[in-house]
Amino acid sequence: MPDQLSRLAAAVRTGATTSRSLVERALAREASARALNAVTSVTAAEALATADAIDAAARAGAPLGPLAGVPLLVKDNICTTDGVTTCASRMLPGYRSPFDAEAVRRLRQAGAVIVGKANMDEFAMGSTGETSAAGPCGNPWSAAHVPGGSSSGSAAAVAAGIVPASLGSDTGGSVRQPAAFCGVVGVKPTYGTVSRRGLVAYGSSLDQIGPLATSVADAALLLSVIAGHDAGDATSAAQPTPDYLGGLTAGVQGLRVGVPRALLASGVEPAVLAEVERAAAILEEAGARVVDVALPHAPVAAPAYYILATAEASSNLSRFDGVRYGHRTGDAADIDELYARSRAEGFGPEVIQRILLGTYVLSAGYYDAYYRKAQQVRTLIIDDYRAVFAACDVLLTPPSPSTAFRTGDASRDPLQMYLADIFTVSANLAGIPAMSLPMGLDGQGLPTAVQLSARAFREPVLFQAAAELERRRGALPSAPGYTLFDGADA
Amino acid sequence: MSSTESAWETVIGLEVHAQLATRSKIFSSAPVAFGQPPNSLVNDVCAGLPGALPVLNREAVALALRAGLALGCSIQRVSVFARKNYFYPDLPKGYQISQFEQPICLGGAIPYELDGEQHSLRLTRIHMEEDAGKSTHTAAGPYSAIDLNRAGTPLVEIVSEPELHSAEHAAACFRELRSILVALGVNDGNMAEGSLRCDANVSVRRRGDTTLGTKVEIKNLNSFKFLRDAIRAESQRQIDVLERGGALVQETRLWHEVERRTVPMRTKEGSADYRYFPDPDLPPLIIEEGWIATVRANLPELPGAQRARLQQQHGLSAYDATVLVALEGAVPVFDGAVAAGAPPKGVANLLSGIVAASINEGRLRWDAAASAFVPVAAGPAPSSGRVDGPRLGELAGLLHDGVISSNAARDVLDRMLASDASPRRIVDEAGLQQLSDTDALDAIIREVIASMPDAATSYRSGNRKVLALFIGRVMKSSSGRANPGLVQERLRALLAETE
Repeated sequence: MPDQLSRLAAAVRTGATTSRSLVERALAREASARALNAVTSVTAAEALATADAIDAAARAGAPLGPLAGVPLLVKDNICTTDGVTTCASRMLPGYRSPFDAEAVRRLRQAGAVIVGKANMDEFAMGSTGETSAAGPCGNPWSAAHVPGGSSSGSAAAVAAGIVPASLGSDTGGSVRQPAAFCGVVGVKPTYGTVSRRGLVAYGSSLDQIGPLATSVADAALLLSVIAGHDAGDATSAAQPTPDYLGGLTAGVQGLRVGVPRALLASGVEPAVLAEVERAAAILEEAGARVVDVALPHAPVAAPAYYILATAEASSNLSRFDGVRYGHRTGDAADIDELYARSRAEGFGPEVIQRILLGTYVLSAGYYDAYYRKAQQVRTLIIDDYRAVFAACDVLLTPPSPSTAFRTGDASRDPLQMYLADIFTVSANLAGIPAMSLPMGLDGQGLPTAVQLSARAFREPVLFQAAAELERRRGALPSAPGYTLFDGADA
Repeated sequence: MSSTESAWETVIGLEVHAQLATRSKIFSSAPVAFGQPPNSLVNDVCAGLPGALPVLNREAVALALRAGLALGCSIQRVSVFARKNYFYPDLPKGYQISQFEQPICLGGAIPYELDGEQHSLRLTRIHMEEDAGKSTHTAAGPYSAIDLNRAGTPLVEIVSEPELHSAEHAAACFRELRSILVALGVNDGNMAEGSLRCDANVSVRRRGDTTLGTKVEIKNLNSFKFLRDAIRAESQRQIDVLERGGALVQETRLWHEVERRTVPMRTKEGSADYRYFPDPDLPPLIIEEGWIATVRANLPELPGAQRARLQQQHGLSAYDATVLVALEGAVPVFDGAVAAGAPPKGVANLLSGIVAASINEGRLRWDAAASAFVPVAAGPAPSSGRVDGPRLGELAGLLHDGVISSNAARDVLDRMLASDASPRRIVDEAGLQQLSDTDALDAIIREVIASMPDAATSYRSGNRKVLALFIGRVMKSSSGRANPGLVQERLRALLAETE
């Protein structure tokens, strides 16, 4: 179902359907899929009021935006003025933001209707959706498997057809990996493309908000709405937003597709590796040239990532101290105890573990050995990509060494779980765009996917290659027991 | 200097925090102001809300550049904001954004004068940072009050080399730094409100030693007197400890004004580890050569140069020059008056006399935009009554030419504040001309002598002191208009004549 978002918005604009019916459908789907726990909070009243206003505008013939009347979910670490922003943490119960995130402001301006907040790993820390204080989010494809994370609810909700698309955030793969595990498209844009204002920070130098959708065209459209310079984010890129939609039907004739075969030779599940080779073959058949490339520093990317991300997180999460907002302990004799208890009670174990790790690597005497060295590794990885993208236009890898993990695996072997981020973290370290595209199902009936990445700000070529791959790959089934959000009965 | 004291050398370095006089905060558009209701100048960035991001205020950078260029620093083309991490209730984000490894300015010096000699204190660096909020701990309840109005106010920290050797030098140097920053418009110089704060690092060593002794930091010395007194007391304390065979600990102390000694500040166990790292929310600050050139081209004349010019070009005494330069607005008004042809010394006297007095009394204030002193009104700012160079110059001319007496000058100034009429017209209309007509004056004097026969007798019998009584009475009878010199002369003559 390509162009689902533009089709729905067009139907609202022309009166073929109403935003109210789309929003009601999303709310009904959320209610019937509650067992998935993909949504932490719903703002039904606000969403219906917005939908009615859009419908009234449509009837009046007023100009409406490209997402007119379309219901969406945003991850619960993206600030919205309606409803709450909890980061799926006991630290922020009922926290109401006085401002909309810039990405949300742009969504609303384009006519989108935000129906609620998507479940996630607490403070975006986790790759299974299991660290949420709101309880684990399920994978629509299998009750025994996780949806991935940290944007677990954003991916699961789209796969379960609660909404046609959503926003997640990606610090080390948190959009792409759950998208892959749930069989939807997920994009991590070039750093600086989407404003981070209103995104509760995890690793500020790595975080990007990105779209999740059922097709490449929808992801491209959603990104074109939320992308753009924001003077309120000093790391926002000043350059004009490229046209993401124009190249979707351009094909891949002459495009150079790089595959890091040496890197993929070990540690990757055969079914996952097979999908990469199948994607390479499809692209080659479509006229692309497949070249072998090397990413010599990829094996140290995950350790460097976990040092830098946790270092930044340890500082970013200092503001949650129980003084001005959020959880405050009921039992403290002095200020130091107030900090210690409020934080110990408010943060879950994964968050505490990462704050401790980050605090450690920044400490006097360890800074050079960890933080500074990790920054040096980051530079080496940027150099790796410079060389790679001199030899190819698009890099093809898996998003994860495996399909969806079994529930509970993360707590059994946390280190193994960190290392599973090997294929996603590099794009965050280098700031380049990357996306994951569903390819089919493995032997267990779990979604498989490939990851495409490109040079900074070259999302257009990413979408161009992904769209061709999507066409040639053919239609995929939806998760058993679910249908994608198509508004057909609206 | 006592013999034991002379065996020791005091070593002092200064760390001055100066708030930059911007309209908004360093990383957000929240306004900067003093004395507003608590937490009324706070937005999402100041409060450290989730998802809030800092954006650097370029005006703050421009002011830091101004300070750096005026003090002869080397401006760093690339500087980096870092996070200094620590928990405190008035630090909303749990970290302070401050330049650490790569500050905006390196080197430079503060030129200053003491006892007629020129000195200079070398600077290590100037870096930019944000101020914290304010905590108020009351005995009343189990709570502390937090006011975040100050949180995010832009600061520069000016750090000197440890190269001063006396409290007098430290005070003179800090005083000059203050006047430079005020002249630049970088800082308002208000130490009472905390917009300029000085810490002193003090150590002592045996004269001749080349290594530094154990350093003690004295915090929040918010007047020149406190700075001087605290350094004196602290250096003597350190000498006493060492002479008794004791050892000093590196620590932070505060000046206790009442007990006139430094006292230890509460310290946390172990040394703080601030875990500095570059702030990922703020890209490195890149300063283009063109920006530096623009700021440099717009630097005003600095106090040292002003003092020299006032003395050399206009013949003022060193004292007069110092007084004028220290009075905000006095030099531009002086220049305007002298350019209009007024006598320099006369203008300087008016400025350091009745103008300064009117400012101290809260009736007059400097308005930089108008480049004039303006009346302080209860209601909205009055549009008339400005005291600019030409107007003050005309007043000085009237005084110099003997048209009015120095007593009357004060009256004329008061009337100038209430109208836009020229001083000459004010004098004419109010009849404030000096009485220099001998016949008219003699008539008044004769009347006064006649009314004080006892005093006249006393004077004639040799008690010359009673002359003052007569002068006072004559000035009163003439409504202050009598020329005081002429009054004395005629009184003597007439008292002798009727003897």
